[in-house]
Amino acid sequence: MADVTLMKTPAETALAQAFESAKTLLPGNVESRAQAFEKFTARGLPHRRVEEFKYTDLRAAFREVAPFAGVPTAEEAKAALAGAKTLAGIEALQVPFVNGHFMREAVDFRALPENLEIVPLREALANDHEWLAHLSPVPWAAENPVYQLNTSFMADGVMIRVAGPVEVPVHLRFVTAAETAVATATRVLVVVEEGASVTLLETHESTDGAGHQPNDVVELIAGDRTNVQHVRVNAEGGKTLALSTLAARIGAEAVFNSINVVAGAATSRHQVFALLNGENTNLRVNGVTMLKGLQHADSTLVVEHNALHCESRELFKTVIDDEATGVFQGKIIVPHHAQKTDGRMMSAAILLGEGGTMNNKPELEIFADDVQCAHGATCGQLDDDLLFYLMARGLPRKEAESLLIQAFLGEALEFVENETAREALIGTVEGWLRARS
Amino acid sequence: MPAVQETIDQVRSIDVDQYKYGFETEVEMEKAPKGLSEDVIRFISAKKGEPEWMLQWRLDAYKRWLTMTEPAWARVSYDKIDYNDIYYYAAPKKNPAPKSLDEVDPEILKTYEKLGIPLREQEILAGVEPQSRVAVDAVFDSVSVATTFKEELKKAGVIFMPISEAVREYPDLVRQYLGTVVPVTDNFFATLNSAVFTDGSFVYIPPGVRCPMELSTYFRINEKNTGQFERTLIIADKGSYVSYLEGCTAPRRDENQLHAAVVELIALDDAEIKYSTVQNWYPGDSQGRGGIYNFVTKRGDCRGRNSVITWTQVETGSAITWKYPSCILRGDNSRGEFYSIAVSNGMQQVDSGTKMIHLGKNTTSRIISKGIAAGRSENTYRGLVSAHRKATGARNFTNCDSLLIGNECGAHTVPYIESKNASAVFEHEATTSKISEDQMFYCQQRGLSEEEAVALIVNGFVKDVLQQLPMEFAVEAQKLISISLEGSVG
Amino acid sequence: MLEIKNLVVQIEDKRILNGLNLTVNKGEVAAIMGPNGSGKSTLSYVIAGKEDYEVLDGEILLNGENLLEMEPDQRAAAGVFLAFQYPLEIPGVASMTFLKATLNAQRKARGEEELTTPDFIKRVNAAAQQLEIPKDMLKRALNVGFSGGEKKRMEILQMALLQPSFCILDETDSGLDIDALRIVSEGVNALRSPDRAFLVITHYQRLLNHIVPDTVHVMHSGRIVRSGGKELALELEANGYADYRDSEAA
Repeated sequence: MADVTLMKTPAETALAQAFESAKTLLPGNVESRAQAFEKFTARGLPHRRVEEFKYTDLRAAFREVAPFAGVPTAEEAKAALAGAKTLAGIEALQVPFVNGHFMREAVDFRALPENLEIVPLREALANDHEWLAHLSPVPWAAENPVYQLNTSFMADGVMIRVAGPVEVPVHLRFVTAAETAVATATRVLVVVEEGASVTLLETHESTDGAGHQPNDVVELIAGDRTNVQHVRVNAEGGKTLALSTLAARIGAEAVFNSINVVAGAATSRHQVFALLNGENTNLRVNGVTMLKGLQHADSTLVVEHNALHCESRELFKTVIDDEATGVFQGKIIVPHHAQKTDGRMMSAAILLGEGGTMNNKPELEIFADDVQCAHGATCGQLDDDLLFYLMARGLPRKEAESLLIQAFLGEALEFVENETAREALIGTVEGWLRARS
Repeated sequence: MPAVQETIDQVRSIDVDQYKYGFETEVEMEKAPKGLSEDVIRFISAKKGEPEWMLQWRLDAYKRWLTMTEPAWARVSYDKIDYNDIYYYAAPKKNPAPKSLDEVDPEILKTYEKLGIPLREQEILAGVEPQSRVAVDAVFDSVSVATTFKEELKKAGVIFMPISEAVREYPDLVRQYLGTVVPVTDNFFATLNSAVFTDGSFVYIPPGVRCPMELSTYFRINEKNTGQFERTLIIADKGSYVSYLEGCTAPRRDENQLHAAVVELIALDDAEIKYSTVQNWYPGDSQGRGGIYNFVTKRGDCRGRNSVITWTQVETGSAITWKYPSCILRGDNSRGEFYSIAVSNGMQQVDSGTKMIHLGKNTTSRIISKGIAAGRSENTYRGLVSAHRKATGARNFTNCDSLLIGNECGAHTVPYIESKNASAVFEHEATTSKISEDQMFYCQQRGLSEEEAVALIVNGFVKDVLQQLPMEFAVEAQKLISISLEGSVG
Repeated sequence: MLEIKNLVVQIEDKRILNGLNLTVNKGEVAAIMGPNGSGKSTLSYVIAGKEDYEVLDGEILLNGENLLEMEPDQRAAAGVFLAFQYPLEIPGVASMTFLKATLNAQRKARGEEELTTPDFIKRVNAAAQQLEIPKDMLKRALNVGFSGGEKKRMEILQMALLQPSFCILDETDSGLDIDALRIVSEGVNALRSPDRAFLVITHYQRLLNHIVPDTVHVMHSGRIVRSGGKELALELEANGYADYRDSEAA
C-alpha cells in the first residue's frame, strides 16, 4: 500500500508511546482499544491531503502531545468546579468532569430525577457492564481518526439511561483546570428509550494559559418517538486544542435538536455524525461560531438519512474577526431506500477583519430520486447599506456592527427550546461582541 | 422553439442503439509502436517536424510523468489503465498532412460528412447566412486532416491552424504561451498530454480583432487502442473576441479508450473568449462495456484587466468524465463563467465542475451547473471557488442543480468555497430534485408520451445553460440530451 | 359519447368510487356536484388515466373505445381533456413551447399534419385574445409564478387549442374572482358545440350560472345518487348536501 505513513511525526511517536504505557492501566478491554489504535496508526494524524481534514491539518496542529491528565484531588476538583461559569444560571442536574475524570462525589445517586440512571464509565468498563454494548451507535464513526483516538484513550465518562420524560436538564460539565497542558479523553453515552425525552447541556471550559488537548465523544441513542434537546458550548481556554465528536443514532418519529456554540479554544474541531434510522424523524443541527485573533474552528457534519420521510435542517453561522479561520464541512447522504427525504443545509459566514479565512464545503450525496435536498453557502461582509443606515441613526460603527452580528447569529439560536439556555447563549454572543469593541 | 419538436422527433426515431456516431472508418493508418517511451515521443516529434525545444519540452514532461501517480480523489472507478497498451500516435497513411481537401483520403471526408461536419467551404456558404459560418479544424485520431476558412481568417489577422503546424510556423507565439496556463507539471493527465500530445488547434486573435466567424474543432477518435491527446491553445490579444466550439465522437468499441486533452486559454486586457463544448464521446454500452475515458484539463487565464472567459459544456458522452474547466481571474475586473449540463445514463460516471480562482480585484464569476443522472450512472459536481487575500471585491454566484431519473443512479455535489478576503461575496446554492409524477401526468394528459414529457421537462431544467450556446450548437445539444436519456423512464 | 358503467376504484386500499354509472351524450354539458370527499376529483383523474388509482371493476367508454386500456397520452389524443384543479408548473418550459409540443403530438397521433409555425401562432393569439391572456404570459415558463386565475385561463386556452371532444372541468371555479370566472366561463361557452361534451365538476352552484348545464348529477360516496336538469343545482344550493348524507346513513 502506497499511502501507509512510514515516517511518524514526533506527535505520532509520542501517541504510540503514550498508548503503550497507558493501555494496561486504562479500564476495560484492551483489545478494543488496541484495535482502534491500530486503525489510527495505519493512517496517522490526518493532514491536509486527507479529504476530511483538508481544512484542519491535525498533523500540523499537534506539534507535541500533552501527557494524559491524572485524577485531580478533591480540593483541586472543588476549586475547578467553583470557577466554572458556563451556563451556570440554569437549574440542572450537574454531571461534572474535571481533567477528564467524572466527579462522582458531586452527584447524589440516591436522588436522581425520575426516569434517569447514571453509571460511571470507568466502573462500567472495569466490570464489563451490559450497556457497553450500546457504545459506537454510528458504525462509520469508527473510521474517523479523532474518534479512534478517543476510543484508544478514553479514561472516564458516564453512561446515562433515560427511561421516560426527564424534566430537569442534565448538565455535562467538562472542566480542565490543570496548570500545565494535559490531554483528556472522555466518553459519554446517552440512551434515550422509546418515548422518553431529555435536555442535555454540555459545556467545555479550561484554563487559559495551557495548551490542553481534550478529545471528547458524546454518543446518543435516541429511540422511537423520543425528544432530545442538546445545547453545547465550547468555552475552552485560549491555547486549547479541542477535538470533539457527537455521534447520534435516532429512531422513528423522533426529534433531535442540537446546537454547538463555539467561542473558545485556539483550534477546535467539532464533528457531528448523525444516523437517522427510523421514519419521519426530525433532525436539526445548528452551529454558532465566533472567532478572533488566530483562532481556528472547524464544524464537520455528516448526516445519513437511513429511512423514509426524514427531515433534516442544518444552519451554521460563523463570524470571523482578525486573522481567524472558520471551517464548515457538511455532508448529507441519502441512500437508495431513503425516499421522501427532505434535507436542507445552510452555512453562512461573515468576515469582519482583513485577514480572516472561511472555508465552506457543503456536500450532497444522493442516491434516491424522490427527495428534496438543498444546500447553500454564503460568505461575505456585513451589509454596508445596513451599517450606514444604523450609523446615520447615530450608532457608532462597532455598535452598529454588533447589532447586525447579533441578528445574524441569532437566527441559529432561535431553535433552542430551553428558554434559559437560549438567553444564556445570547449572553455569550453579547459577551463576545463586548470583548471585541 | 422548434428545437423541442426536433428533440421529440429525434427521440422517436431512435432505435435501441442510441449512439449514432458509433461507426468506424476503414482507412490505413500509420502508428507509433505501442506503448510509451522516449523513443515514441521522439517518433511523434519527428513526425510533426518539430524544433528541438519542443522535443525537449516533451521529454521533460515525460520524465516528470514517470514520477507521478494517477489521481484517485474523483468519484469515479475504473480498472487500472495500462499506459503501455496504448498507441500514442495514429495517422492516416495516405498523406497525413494534406495541403487541400482534394488530398484528404475520401474515406475520411465521408466520415465527417456522416457526422454532419462540413469541411468544404462552398458547402458551408450555400444557403447559410454569412454571419453563422463556422470555421472547422477536423482532428482525426492524432492529426488534423483539414482546417477550413484559413485564408479568410488570415485576412482578418486571425491564426487558426493545427497546433503542430503552429509549432513550425509561429514558434515564438507558441513558445511564449504554451504551458503557461496548465504547467507541464500540473497533474498526471496534463503531464502525460504534454509528453505525447499529437494535434489540436491553435488560435491567435490579434489586438482589437473580433473574430469574423465561429471557430470550431471536431475531434474524432477512430483507431482502435489509440489514445487521443490533443492540445488546444487559444490566445485572445488585447481587446479581441473569439467564440470557439468543440465537438467529439468516437466509434463504439468494447474496450475503453483514453482521451487526455489539455486546453489553455489566455485572455489579455479587455479580451473575451467563449469556449463551448458538446462532448459526445462513445459512452459505452448499457452494461458499462467500452467507452471513452475522458480525462481532460481545461483552464483559462484571464490575464488582462476586464478580460472574460466563458466555458459552456454539454457533456453527454464518455464512460468516465473527469473534467474541470477553470478560470484564473488574475486581471482586475476580469470575469469567469461556467455553464454546464452533464447528463449521465447507463453506467456512465461523471465527475466534473469548475474552479474559479479569484486573484485580482473586483473579479466576478458565475457557475451554473445542471446535472442529470439516469440509469445506473453516477454524476458528481465538484467545484472550487476561492478568493485570495488581494482579491478585494470578488464576487461569485454558484447554482448547481441535480435531477435524478430513476432510483439506481447517484447525484452528488462537492463544492469547495474558500474566502480569504473579507470583501469577497460568495453565494452558493444547490438543489436535488426529481421529475414529479404529477408533472408527468399533466404533460401526458395533454397528449405527450412519457418520453416526450421527460424530454420537455429536462429541456426546461437545462434551459439556463442551453441559452449560453451558439444557436446551432444549442439545437444539437438539446437533441443529444434527449437521446442520452432515451430509455431512462418506463 | 361517454359511458361509465359500474366503476369501482380504490387508492391505497381506500374505496373511492363504488359502482358509479354515468352517461354523457354528444353536445351535452353535464354537471357533477357533491360534497368534499365524494369522489369527484377521483372520477376526473380516472377518466384521464392518472396512475395510483386502482380500477377494480367497471368500464369507461369514449365513443365505444375502452379508455381504461389506454395511456394518458393516448386518451388525450382520443379527445379527453382534463382542466386541472391545480395546474402543474413546469420550470424553464415556455408556455408557447408547451402548447406547440402538445398540439403537434396530438395531431401526429391522429395522423394529421403538423401545424406550421405561423398557423400555430395565429391560433394561439386568437385564443389568447379571447381569454384576455397577455402575450408576455405565453413567453413565461408554463404556470410558473402565475396567479390562480392565470393558471385556469391557461387551462382553457389549452382546451381551445387542442379542440378535444370530451372536456372535464375539475373545480375550475375554485380560486377565481368574479371577473376571472366570467372570462373562463365565456371561454368554455364558446367551445360548446354539438360534437363536444363537457363534464363540469363543481362544489358550488355559482359556476353553473355561467356555464349552464343540460344535466346535473349529484355524487355521494363514490356514486351518482341523483340526476336531473339544471334546476337540481338550484335545489342543492338551497338545501345543501345534508339530505344525501342522511340518506346514506339510513
